Amino acid sequence: MSGTDTAEGIYLDNNATTMVAPEVVEEMLPYFTEQFGNPSSLHQFGDKVGRALKKARKQVQTLLGAEYDSEIIFTSCGTESDSTAILSALKAQPDRKEIITTVVEHPAVLTLCEHLEKEGYKVHYLKVDSKGRLDIQEYYKLLSDNVAIVSVMWANNESGTLFPVEEMAELARQAGVLFHTDAVQAVGKLPINLKDTCIDMLSLSGHKLHAPKGIGVLYLRRGVRFRPLLRGGHQERGRRAGTENAASIVALGKACEMAMEAMEYEKSSVKAMRDRLEQGILEKVNHCFVTGDPNNRLPNTCNIAFEYIEGEAILLLLNKMGIAASSGSACTSGSLEPSHVMRAMDIPFTAAHGSVRLSLSRYNTMEEIERVIDAMPPIVAQLRQLSPYWSGDGPVEEPEKAFAPSYA
Amino acid sequence: MWDYSEKVQEHFFSPRNAGAVDDANAIGDVGSLSCGDALRLTLKVDPDSEVILDAGFQTFGCGSAIASSSALTEIIKGMKIDDALGVSNQDIADYLDGLPPEKMHCSVMGREALQAAVANYRGEEWKDDHEEGALICKCFAIDEVMIEETVRANGLRTVEEVTNYTKAGGGCSACHEGIEEILTRILAEKGETFDPNAVAGEIKKPKSGLTNLQRMKRIEELLDEIRPNLQRDHGDVELVEVDGRYIYVKMIGACAGCQMAATTLGGIQQHLAEGLGEFIQVLPAEELARRAAMEA
Repeated sequence: MSGTDTAEGIYLDNNATTMVAPEVVEEMLPYFTEQFGNPSSLHQFGDKVGRALKKARKQVQTLLGAEYDSEIIFTSCGTESDSTAILSALKAQPDRKEIITTVVEHPAVLTLCEHLEKEGYKVHYLKVDSKGRLDIQEYYKLLSDNVAIVSVMWANNESGTLFPVEEMAELARQAGVLFHTDAVQAVGKLPINLKDTCIDMLSLSGHKLHAPKGIGVLYLRRGVRFRPLLRGGHQERGRRAGTENAASIVALGKACEMAMEAMEYEKSSVKAMRDRLEQGILEKVNHCFVTGDPNNRLPNTCNIAFEYIEGEAILLLLNKMGIAASSGSACTSGSLEPSHVMRAMDIPFTAAHGSVRLSLSRYNTMEEIERVIDAMPPIVAQLRQLSPYWSGDGPVEEPEKAFAPSYA
Repeated sequence: MWDYSEKVQEHFFSPRNAGAVDDANAIGDVGSLSCGDALRLTLKVDPDSEVILDAGFQTFGCGSAIASSSALTEIIKGMKIDDALGVSNQDIADYLDGLPPEKMHCSVMGREALQAAVANYRGEEWKDDHEEGALICKCFAIDEVMIEETVRANGLRTVEEVTNYTKAGGGCSACHEGIEEILTRILAEKGETFDPNAVAGEIKKPKSGLTNLQRMKRIEELLDEIRPNLQRDHGDVELVEVDGRYIYVKMIGACAGCQMAATTLGGIQQHLAEGLGEFIQVLPAEELARRAAMEA
């Protein structure tokens, strides 16, 4: 692996988006030039592209371990797949007015659910514990004939915590409830074999596994009642109208094939780099801790909460040193709140604002990781020196009380 | 990534006056750990001349919070405290060549810390005017409580009216859905339904029938009636331009950059509309420059 430490710096924000693999770019390029036919056309120009899409569908099917290639619907992104799954379940089962999801879902699901609540649906939000884990007993009690769909993410984008979706899908199946999982962060990083599970629908997004942005997939188990989000032409068997994004679909197919080959590397070598990164930072920086479930976590994700400083400030200093990461703190997203995931995990305010996510890919190298480990301590020290909650080598005594504005 | 000016970056990467001032005789604390922004401003004030001899800051917050704190200390060092109190959050933002609209609250925090420090120096108790509501309009930093109160007080029914009265929603329009929800809720209290297609109500009073000059003079008279209220809060208002139904004013002193400026403008608008008997809109002078630039 060549590493991402180019002129652009060290890229550790792969849960936001990944670099498009060079082999993927190469595969898709002809579909901008000579292979320009519309796959729906009957002539040879269209036929060639149509066959390329068929190949890509097979490649996605293989990565997901789906039983039939017809279970793969190409969409524009993970958000579209999530929306299609949830809205389809509601429309196909008009008598069922409840949804089960979790408090830590991606906004693609959460914002839609909040909107559906206003339209009269009842949404149950499963809570998480301090490691970001669900209470399966609580989930089990909520399953009923009134529930149209369960939508639970496979892996959390911020903490990396994995949910036991296969077990949850089985419980849903027994209760006669449809089960959808937003697997955007899990696909390509964990082995998935859908035909052996009770998962009815699954969303994935191309740009999280080294394909370009603007392409996603909804897996729809054969036989599941379905209502399309986009109606129009007969593309995707009428389940998602609109001319196919052929070049990106071909790219996604290639990316899935490569992810299949790299799966072992993700599980062992990427995880080893991640573990070294965490251990290195924890050794050199005091008053910080790793969030998420230590025993059940994405192999590439490291989320560290640094106490008494704020995430965006850390990111700006990291960026100056050529290191790209992400922060769950709000300042980056334009809101004033810390991340909903950190809050749901009850991370204390002293640290929730200072959480930084470092997410790796197979294109990172151990050398890059060592450089990040060296870069972090002075950055944290510099910001703590500015903080009113820090004095000398440690936090001020009882920081919450020491800094108490008269109006608070 | 935020679009930070060179100056913001410079003050973030190399902050001036970081740390507490030795022998400070004025301390201003604003913000808290829970809200993710906190600033302690320490000043050394010469008791005879009331000149700020030294200023230092300790900030927990994002890049623009640290840069705003640094800028504030640079601006006020050497100023008399009375003059320093005239520094608005806009002055801090201007000093930094501007802040992204969503980050203006960082400069507000600087101004509040200064007020708190001066109050501390004078042995007074300082109260901020923060509302507890969620921030709805990020462009103009208008919260839920302010919108609710304005909607109730003025019987507003449309997003356009809310924008006219509070400025909320007048920027990027991302908050229009949020404003509609507030309208829906408040109208429901009265047993009414929010109609998204309703047209903003025109104030149904006869046209003033004044000549341009008479109208201008009348506007000045009406502003004079409001002025004492503003001056009591160490602020003022100045008429800049009258263009048909649009009346442009400049807020001065403490009113400039005040978090409640939008409410103040709303109040001025209401007073002028009633006094003139016309449907008019009062806008800040910057809006005139913006519109001129757009037409150019």
